[in-house]
Amino acid sequence: MKRKLSLFAVPYVVWMALFVVAPIIMVVVYAFSSGAGGFTLANFARMGTYAVVFGRSFKLAIIATVICLAVGYPVSYMMSKEGPRFQRLAMVLIMLPMWMNFLLRTYSWMAILENNGLLNQFFQSTGIINLWNRIFGTNLSFFPMMNTQGAVVLGMVYNYLPFMILPIYSVIIKMDASLLEAAQDLGADNLNVFRRVILPLSLPGVLSGITMVFVPSVSTFAISTMLGGGTRILLGDLIEQQFLGGAYNPQLGSAIALVMMVIVVLCMWVMNRFGEGEEQAVML
Amino acid sequence: MKKTAALALIMAMCLALAGCGGSTGGSNGAKREVNVCSWGEYIDEDLIYQFEEETGIKVNYSTAESNEALYSLLSMGGADFDVVVPSDYMISQLIEEDRLAELNFDNIPNFSEVDSRFQNLPYDPENKYTVPYTWGTVGIIYNSTMVDAPITSWSAMFDPAYSNNVLMIRNSRDALGIALIYLGYSVNTTNEAEIREAFQLLSDAKNNGVYQGFFMDETFLKMEGGNAAICAYYAGDYLTMLDNNPDLVFVVPKEGSNWFVDAMCVLKDAQHKEEAEAWINFMASNEASMANMDYIGYASPNTQVLEDYPAYYEETYGEPLDQGRYEVMAAPQEVLDNCEAYLVLPAETRTLYNDLWTELGI
Repeated sequence: MKRKLSLFAVPYVVWMALFVVAPIIMVVVYAFSSGAGGFTLANFARMGTYAVVFGRSFKLAIIATVICLAVGYPVSYMMSKEGPRFQRLAMVLIMLPMWMNFLLRTYSWMAILENNGLLNQFFQSTGIINLWNRIFGTNLSFFPMMNTQGAVVLGMVYNYLPFMILPIYSVIIKMDASLLEAAQDLGADNLNVFRRVILPLSLPGVLSGITMVFVPSVSTFAISTMLGGGTRILLGDLIEQQFLGGAYNPQLGSAIALVMMVIVVLCMWVMNRFGEGEEQAVML
Repeated sequence: MKKTAALALIMAMCLALAGCGGSTGGSNGAKREVNVCSWGEYIDEDLIYQFEEETGIKVNYSTAESNEALYSLLSMGGADFDVVVPSDYMISQLIEEDRLAELNFDNIPNFSEVDSRFQNLPYDPENKYTVPYTWGTVGIIYNSTMVDAPITSWSAMFDPAYSNNVLMIRNSRDALGIALIYLGYSVNTTNEAEIREAFQLLSDAKNNGVYQGFFMDETFLKMEGGNAAICAYYAGDYLTMLDNNPDLVFVVPKEGSNWFVDAMCVLKDAQHKEEAEAWINFMASNEASMANMDYIGYASPNTQVLEDYPAYYEETYGEPLDQGRYEVMAAPQEVLDNCEAYLVLPAETRTLYNDLWTELGI
């Protein structure tokens, strides 16, 4: 193994040192200091108050990740079975929304999901709401979709779904076709080929997909205030509030961020143990 | 050998970074610019172009969400604003923390246009730091087609009858202030029990599902689109919403409200003080102030502008200015007498506000 640092790695190392390692050190220092500057653990003492927010954020992030996986895996699998032209087109369609700023896209979701928004107007004009009222004996003039946790999960799934599809797709597409042929030769039916060959071989992609969806979901902000109303905030909002929002307290914000990082790293570690043997899994 | 090369590269990059920081910070360069931070939907943008054309000074305009958010931005130290437009109480706090520069009023002759009512206000008693930008009131905006009876009281903001139909404002001072006024306390109280009672009122209303959510600039879209019946917001912004939805009504509730002055100040560490004063002088001129008042719907502090606005309106739109519309902008004295201005709160009360505000979102 070469121990010497290649010259080509220098820019990356400098980048990491300046923008990854240094900020983490700053977060740790801030988390253990008081407003006046001395060492304190007081910031962590308040963590119990925010347990609800931790729980909510992890719950929503897990739901969003599961949905992304349930939707993303079949999509990636189908895609890889289609011809190259279809694949290129599908790839463009998946990437297309990412060319636009995510705040703008979330703003559009507001216009779609509002009580008087596009979807509800559609339901009204097509009589779906009347039908619903007649069947269930309710008296709705619109379906309340905005400012719910469902809307927040939708925002997360919408924003992070490409990060699930792409790694799974790239693993499946690189799979050696002769392996599948060998499995068929040895008498496996389609289900068994998928279950015993394709699925295990695509696990590394699944693991990176889960990481790439779960981590940004758990720390997401803005989506929950815009689509969720901000009455039940998430971790990202809680942290943002301490730095740029209505309650300036960077020490507390750092402490919350640190606890969140530790939990996320633990989750990832457990995940990696889970996928032991899949060497190239979770490459971030 | 390679190690030395790597080290040299790191040092070179650090120097380059430092160089970048230095060149944008210098004010002696040929390029003149001024960094302004204000609120969303709070300026007639044509004025920016007009100022740039007249003076050749480039305006970098950005916005903050609320006074508290602006304070966070300033405290984080990442922003290099020259001019900020905080409200009265935040100005006091910034002066108290020695963050504002004294203005050279020789460069701001238009200050003389400002009505004496808006000079030497409690937040800046000797008027050394500020030039008023606009003033106004906070009130309830409601959609007359979505409520049963006209709203006259702050109770509507806490009433389960309007469940899931109310938008609460997303900043601690206004939200808690509204609750304090409704309870009959002063918005400037430092009595912890009173503040906690106000918090409880908000928290109960939240838990009863009264609020769709806490919003600032999103309020425009929601009220204009008829997605919510009631919100608490600023009078000037009501007029902007009214233009897009004629069903909206503004009322200063009978319990009274907050009246505020937002004023332009220059930060102590501003890199472009001269340009900043030129900008302030420009915005304080009667012409700019008039155009701005008409565009954003917040009242100008200039005597002449307040007097001439009805005539200006008639000339511009070909119809006489409705007295009601004018009074939403420039609240008459009897309304102001029923309103209270925010004063800066002592540090421990501010901490309490922050903690309660964070708790409210949990």
